[in-house]
Amino acid sequence: MTSATLSTPKAKARLGDRVFSASTVVAGSLILATLAAVAIFLVVQSLPAIFAKAGTLPNDAANFWTYVWPLVFGTIWAALLALIVATPLSIGIALFISHYAPRRVAQSLGYIIDLLAAVPSVVFGLWGIATLSGFVQPFYTWLGANLGWFPLFAPPISGTGRTILTAALVLAVMVIPIMTAICREVFLQTPRLHEEAALALGATRWEMVRMAVLPFARSGIISAIMLGLGRALGETLAIAMVLSPAIVVKFAVLQAQSPNTIAANIALQFPEATGVSVNALIASGLVLFVVTLLINMLARYIVNRRKAFSGAN
Amino acid sequence: MTTATLRATSLPNSLTAGKLPRGTTWMVLVGSWIVFGAIFGVIAAAGGGAKSFNIVGAVFFGTVLFDVVIFVISLLVEGIRKAQDRLVTSLVATAFIIALLPLISLAWTVVSNGLARFDIAFFSQSMRNVIGEGGGALHAIVGTLLVTLAAAIISVPIGLLTSIYLVEYGRGMLARGITFFVDVMTGIPSIVAGLFAYALFALFFGPGIRSGFMGAIALSVLMIPVVVRSSEEILRLVPNELREASYALGVPKWLTVLRIVLPTSLAGLTTGIMLAIARVIGETAPLLIVCGFTTSMNYDLFKDRMMTLPVFVYTQYTQAAGLNAQASIDRAWTAALALILIVMLLNLAGRIIAKIFAPKYGR
Repeated sequence: MTSATLSTPKAKARLGDRVFSASTVVAGSLILATLAAVAIFLVVQSLPAIFAKAGTLPNDAANFWTYVWPLVFGTIWAALLALIVATPLSIGIALFISHYAPRRVAQSLGYIIDLLAAVPSVVFGLWGIATLSGFVQPFYTWLGANLGWFPLFAPPISGTGRTILTAALVLAVMVIPIMTAICREVFLQTPRLHEEAALALGATRWEMVRMAVLPFARSGIISAIMLGLGRALGETLAIAMVLSPAIVVKFAVLQAQSPNTIAANIALQFPEATGVSVNALIASGLVLFVVTLLINMLARYIVNRRKAFSGAN
Repeated sequence: MTTATLRATSLPNSLTAGKLPRGTTWMVLVGSWIVFGAIFGVIAAAGGGAKSFNIVGAVFFGTVLFDVVIFVISLLVEGIRKAQDRLVTSLVATAFIIALLPLISLAWTVVSNGLARFDIAFFSQSMRNVIGEGGGALHAIVGTLLVTLAAAIISVPIGLLTSIYLVEYGRGMLARGITFFVDVMTGIPSIVAGLFAYALFALFFGPGIRSGFMGAIALSVLMIPVVVRSSEEILRLVPNELREASYALGVPKWLTVLRIVLPTSLAGLTTGIMLAIARVIGETAPLLIVCGFTTSMNYDLFKDRMMTLPVFVYTQYTQAAGLNAQASIDRAWTAALALILIVMLLNLAGRIIAKIFAPKYGR
């Protein structure tokens, strides 16, 4: 009898528990299956283009890699430009909302930034053409006239303002709300006691932010940048509408002939494409997929390394 | 004794010494705006009216000037630590103002251009047999609602269950794998999701297939990770004490999740789902590829091309040509306005729900 009472009690296996946990596992596995399916279907549809003979590919490309290289370059270049603009801005906005704005209006200010995220990309494209490109064109002319010796601003300057820099600015505006939202979440999760301790020791508000908030939020900021990069790399319509694309590889950001991005190229060419062209477009999509995958994995690795700072738990 | 008090008053008060007077910040800010307003006004006047007065530029450069001036003043009066503090405060506020400028500009552009065709015909007619002026976007609105609804029906259960798995059950390899790949999936470009849906259906139904359901599949690929991520964040915020209290009362785990964890986080979950819907409802690229475009009504998700509102905006704008180009562009702007309104309504509904059902604790 004593041995029976001393043996560890076993939890009763309930039907509800089993069904519920099984369904959550199935749902989780389904995501993995979906991702695998995306990869497999894209690879299958890409093979004809990757092994295509010279002359069958669009743009008179000798092989698939010479076809896709300018597009890869344009994609990464545009996303990088966008992030350079967006990262400091969104950290600043998030700090403003979480730690600087009066508490009473902070939430509404956050809502205003979220409105920016609510704007669909196609509307940003319209706005980029109709308003932004006209607005920035005089600045481009000035830059070209005064700083033309700097390789990035090399003339000839576009007369319409529809350059890769304009596209990157639109991209920056589009990724700011996502990055801001995540940074804000993390900044708000800073332990209240850390902040108050810093202030009690006589720190100014900036010193408090630097010593208590930013170290705590580092992994959150990295994941915000990562999400911003993901969105910037894959953003399609805004670029397809704003850019006047060409098949070139160059760093100059103010010229009329700008390198196109993979996503924009697909959106522009797909509706009319047939035969191997479709496979070539899908293959370029596969390249985009792999690039984003690699960047995400790298970012994830960094975030995991700093998990001690994470706000969860 | 009188001399002592006299000396005390004549000494600077150490608590207010080296401190800028209270209104300085605002005065400097308004002052810098006025300075650049004047500069741009002069430029506009000298430019012979080629370009009208540039208010956005004045606000932008005025704010930048403010950042510099406040830093210098504070450095002279208050010392480096206070000056740094003020500099960061003003920079942070500047960042916010810079983010507001495109929002205001965009709202103004869309509303002023979109009101031209914001009439009953636009919301009660399709584009069937319409050449030139007139016509509407009813077919596109119906298409958008159907496709998004289908996508939400697919993604919300999967996303929610997955996040529950990750938070409540998941240990070991599978959970780590799912977390990792959900993260990867948030990085999937929307156009790749469209290509996936195309590749999937083209394999079974031959090339050239287009339908609303394909669009729903593509959108779910984009929506599921968003739902998982936001729900996971929210579920992790539920205090462990609540779960432990429930277990201590002998409540089974699945009932604890259903009755304790989910209701506690209901507001956050709803907001997350609403935001996820709002994110995918404006997706254009995948729908452009897999739903195609049409001018007619189509209520059948599984058959034929289906117009959606974002694609309507895109096609109306890019296909504007010839004599009736302006009518087409007007329709594009009005559709953009309608799309923004729908998204804003969704957002607003999410917020209201969050506010009503929010648990009453914490900050």
